[in-house]
Amino acid sequence: MKLAVSNITKIYSDKTILNDCSYVFDKTGAYVLMGPNGCGKSTFLRICALLEPQDRGEIAYFDNSTERVQDIALKRRLTLVLPRTGVFNTTVFKNVAYGLTIRGFDHTAMNNKVKDALDFVGLGAKAGQHARTLSSGETQRLGIARALAIEPEVLFLDEPTASIDEENTGIIESIIDTMKKEGRTTIIMTTHDRDQANRIGDIQLFMKQGIIENRG
Amino acid sequence: MDIILSGFSQAFALILHRDPALFGIIFLSLKVSGLALVIATVLGLPVGAILGLKRFPGRDLVISTVNTLMGLPPVVVGLFVYLILSRKGALGFLGLLYSPSAMIIAQSILAIPIVTALCHSAIVNVDPLIRQASRTLGATPGQETLAIIHEARYGIISAIVAAFGRVMAEVGAILIVGGNIAGYTRVMTTTIALETDKGNFELALALGIILLLLSFLVNAALHTIQKKGMVPVQ
Repeated sequence: MKLAVSNITKIYSDKTILNDCSYVFDKTGAYVLMGPNGCGKSTFLRICALLEPQDRGEIAYFDNSTERVQDIALKRRLTLVLPRTGVFNTTVFKNVAYGLTIRGFDHTAMNNKVKDALDFVGLGAKAGQHARTLSSGETQRLGIARALAIEPEVLFLDEPTASIDEENTGIIESIIDTMKKEGRTTIIMTTHDRDQANRIGDIQLFMKQGIIENRG
Repeated sequence: MDIILSGFSQAFALILHRDPALFGIIFLSLKVSGLALVIATVLGLPVGAILGLKRFPGRDLVISTVNTLMGLPPVVVGLFVYLILSRKGALGFLGLLYSPSAMIIAQSILAIPIVTALCHSAIVNVDPLIRQASRTLGATPGQETLAIIHEARYGIISAIVAAFGRVMAEVGAILIVGGNIAGYTRVMTTTIALETDKGNFELALALGIILLLLSFLVNAALHTIQKKGMVPVQ
């Protein structure tokens, strides 16, 4: 799926966060978006993930060359993993199953997908554990497993390793790496870590004063 | 002290003998309070959810009003329901005064603000990240709302427990609108009031002990459910 962002502007109480920002995401693999705090990276991701409306400009998703209507069906092909995972007050398993439950998956398909997603992020052994007892690194991986279970075509990751230790950062980077190799998903993530961007970014982008510059 | 001790022994004797009149009173107490609780939940939970989830003009005023109504004096509610249901009242034609239905209405009025206010509080305290999480995972607005209510479920149970405590212990309102008619509208609390008046302290005390035991059983059951929702300590 291709994502075309055209001339997006977003203003929060007189402060221009995104300023006529445009970019076309048309490859699978990992796009890494960097930039100083408050430059509009998170807002950009939320708008691209259709979670928040822009003030001006256009977001368009294409299958081949057909533009998709921005309905719930399209929204369910994308997901955004937030820097802080909102953990449902239940088990790890049920947290990961949530996205499948609301899509009406049957029991067997759901079990398999949840199990796969948990194994993928290394939380398979913790399926029955209460999700709020996980460490912060594990919680972040839970957020990623929840997103993976629904097999998104575009996966937005907002600073997925900002608040976790080196070991968990390594695990998350290898998860992203594996996804890149599988080649089914377009990953668009933000980070402050230049080395991380070098390690996993196929395309590095830099955001400054509300617009995107391509660093190649 | 003697009275208290013989109250205890009489309480056990009454339970052991399975006195039909006593069981009738207990059953009616549970039925009236239970139905009032169902009505209060059916009406109070959606209102609490709307107050917790939506922003609209006058919302703060509604919340303050509901919080105030939590402290409604039962006798005032009894008087109000009495006036409406009495022959000259607006709903007098229904002929409900001095019936279990009148008692259920009065208790519902007492329980609704408690369920509403505490459900509102439970829902409003759900971490905003929960709404965002369900939205990012593809929830429709309706599914988002359900996710938040589901997240508040243990707080909602607490709201219902609090309302149950209030209606089971209540005597003023149901005495006024029920009339304490033996075999028809006589419940545990009104019997205790009556027997105390008559000087039958042991029977009154025995009933009080049974009432407490019943409340304990219901609360213990609900607490067991709630405990499942607590994050285990590591």
